Amino acid sequence: MPFELIVALRYLREGRTQTWLILTGVGVGVGVIIFLSALITGLQESLVARTLGTQAHVVVRPREEMPRVLRPGGDVVLDARIERPAQRIRSIVQWQRARDEIARLPGVVETSPTIAGPAMAERGDGGSAVTVRGIEPETYRRIVNLDAFLRGGRLDFDGFHAVIGTELARYLGLSVGDRFRLRAGGDAGGVYTVSGVLDLGNKDLNQRLVFVSLRAAQSMFRLEGGVSTLEVKGTEIYGAEPLAREISRRTGLVADSWMRTNEQLLIALRSQSASSLTIQAFVILAVALGIASVLAVSVTQKSREIGILRAVGTSRGQVMRIFLIQGSILGLLGSAGGIALGAALALIFSRLAQNPDGSPTFAMALGTALYLRSAVLALGVGVVAAILPAWRAARMQPAQIIRYG
Amino acid sequence: MPTQPDTLLQLEGVTKDYGARVVTHVLRGIDMMVEPGEFLALTGPSGSGKSTLLNLVGLLDRATAGRIRFLGSDVAQLDEAETTALRGRGIGFVFQFHHLLPAFTALENVMLPLLADRGRRDREMHERAAALLEEVGLGARASYRATDLSGGEQQRVAIARALVMRPPLVLADEPTGNLDTESGDQVFRLLRTFNERYGTAFVIVTHDERRAAHCDRIVHLIDGLVASDSGHKVRS
Repeated sequence: MPFELIVALRYLREGRTQTWLILTGVGVGVGVIIFLSALITGLQESLVARTLGTQAHVVVRPREEMPRVLRPGGDVVLDARIERPAQRIRSIVQWQRARDEIARLPGVVETSPTIAGPAMAERGDGGSAVTVRGIEPETYRRIVNLDAFLRGGRLDFDGFHAVIGTELARYLGLSVGDRFRLRAGGDAGGVYTVSGVLDLGNKDLNQRLVFVSLRAAQSMFRLEGGVSTLEVKGTEIYGAEPLAREISRRTGLVADSWMRTNEQLLIALRSQSASSLTIQAFVILAVALGIASVLAVSVTQKSREIGILRAVGTSRGQVMRIFLIQGSILGLLGSAGGIALGAALALIFSRLAQNPDGSPTFAMALGTALYLRSAVLALGVGVVAAILPAWRAARMQPAQIIRYG
Repeated sequence: MPTQPDTLLQLEGVTKDYGARVVTHVLRGIDMMVEPGEFLALTGPSGSGKSTLLNLVGLLDRATAGRIRFLGSDVAQLDEAETTALRGRGIGFVFQFHHLLPAFTALENVMLPLLADRGRRDREMHERAAALLEEVGLGARASYRATDLSGGEQQRVAIARALVMRPPLVLADEPTGNLDTESGDQVFRLLRTFNERYGTAFVIVTHDERRAAHCDRIVHLIDGLVASDSGHKVRS
């Protein structure tokens, strides 16, 4: 065992009460950091997962239609007032080519052609405005895991089969096997059989969404062979915005990332992260000050011993390392206790915060990465906090401190 | 003063001042030589500069002016690391209040200089420290904490610690000043024994004229100057 480590361990053992107190302090600090990180990360992951559970990372659509002003040449001054036209469902021009180009981009996992348009769902005298989504089930299910939301029936989109949300089913009194009419302007539409019922975790979506096959939607919205949107899933959730920009640049189409369509959610997540980081920063500061004050007191108490160590041939570097090692040990041991405390708090919390069915509201984001990060952080804080006392100890003049203490 | 080939320590016109605005001249020009194996008493009234001189000789402090040569090196030319190494290997210290480290056992206290020098523990240093503890009559107390030993025993451990590096010079600052007569005599005899057995030079600061009389040479300081030196001609 190295000399510096031997002396550092003895000093910590000698000042047992101080050592335990500061270890408790570091442990509580690291515990709070672990608990907060697990709570906030878990909550955010849950929110993002719920948001992205029902939507793609990027949705690509054609540019809006705007009339062009024809400019006569010469010295003619033109005063034009452009009237914004009502938008209609249009197909992406050469959407197969656009899809292939998007699929080739790095960071793209899946692309799926879809059609989204408004319609009325009717049964008997009852009716409800809905959004019909025509999907290509094989590719779409790799973007939105519909199977996870299925509460009844199966995901069958063949022919005139449709999958609807629980709220719409309840509102129109529909269940699997029942028939209802979808009417999308004029006489377009048809009678569909409910093949499955989904619970998308959102009352509005459950009321509004009706899934049919891409072919059925093409027919319903008179887009034979066309699609109105391309839905894209990327490798990185938070890389959606740059990916959307790249898609837009390459294809000339409008590409909206989930981050832009859910800006309020993102602001809320960022605010949450910022407040959590602020709390953690103050905890780290408190831990650092705790370690530094204990070591500063130790340096003062042991000044004469430091003088003796210097007299018997201990170098300034060795004296400095003795105190840096003490800081590291306090950080590491404290973080071990803190990890246990934080994990225990997180588990207790997840048992207390439960849904009515007994499942946890959200999963606390505990894991090796968080533990390692906290341990490294505590070690770093321990070392940094020890620098000043260690430097002071190393600069002491042995002749003075042996004589006067 | 020309350097003698067998000189262990040589001081030439060494001065030491303290303070910036109000300067106190503690040492005002010390010329002195210590040869290997000498047993020298450094005496003088309080404030005469004995401890300051010991600190300079022990490389714990730097002289304001003058030259100190130890084992052939001009110590003013050494950097911090070289000074520490020379101090650790060349000089042993015995202080009035023994200054053992309370967190360590007697054996570990004796091993400390070796441990600091080599960086980690080994069997040889353990054996050497244990043998020295036997020599000072504390073999049976090797595992005792420093705080569990009597004052005389602690000072004997400190003597063993001062000798463990086998230094050519040991500096003792009133080593018996804090002990009763019997323990003081015992410690003083021990210093003499090591001086004779290993040829280690001792410079012992003492107020006790009786003990000084038992040394081979007495250097008497007054007001930062060598007032008399029984072994050398007194500087005018």
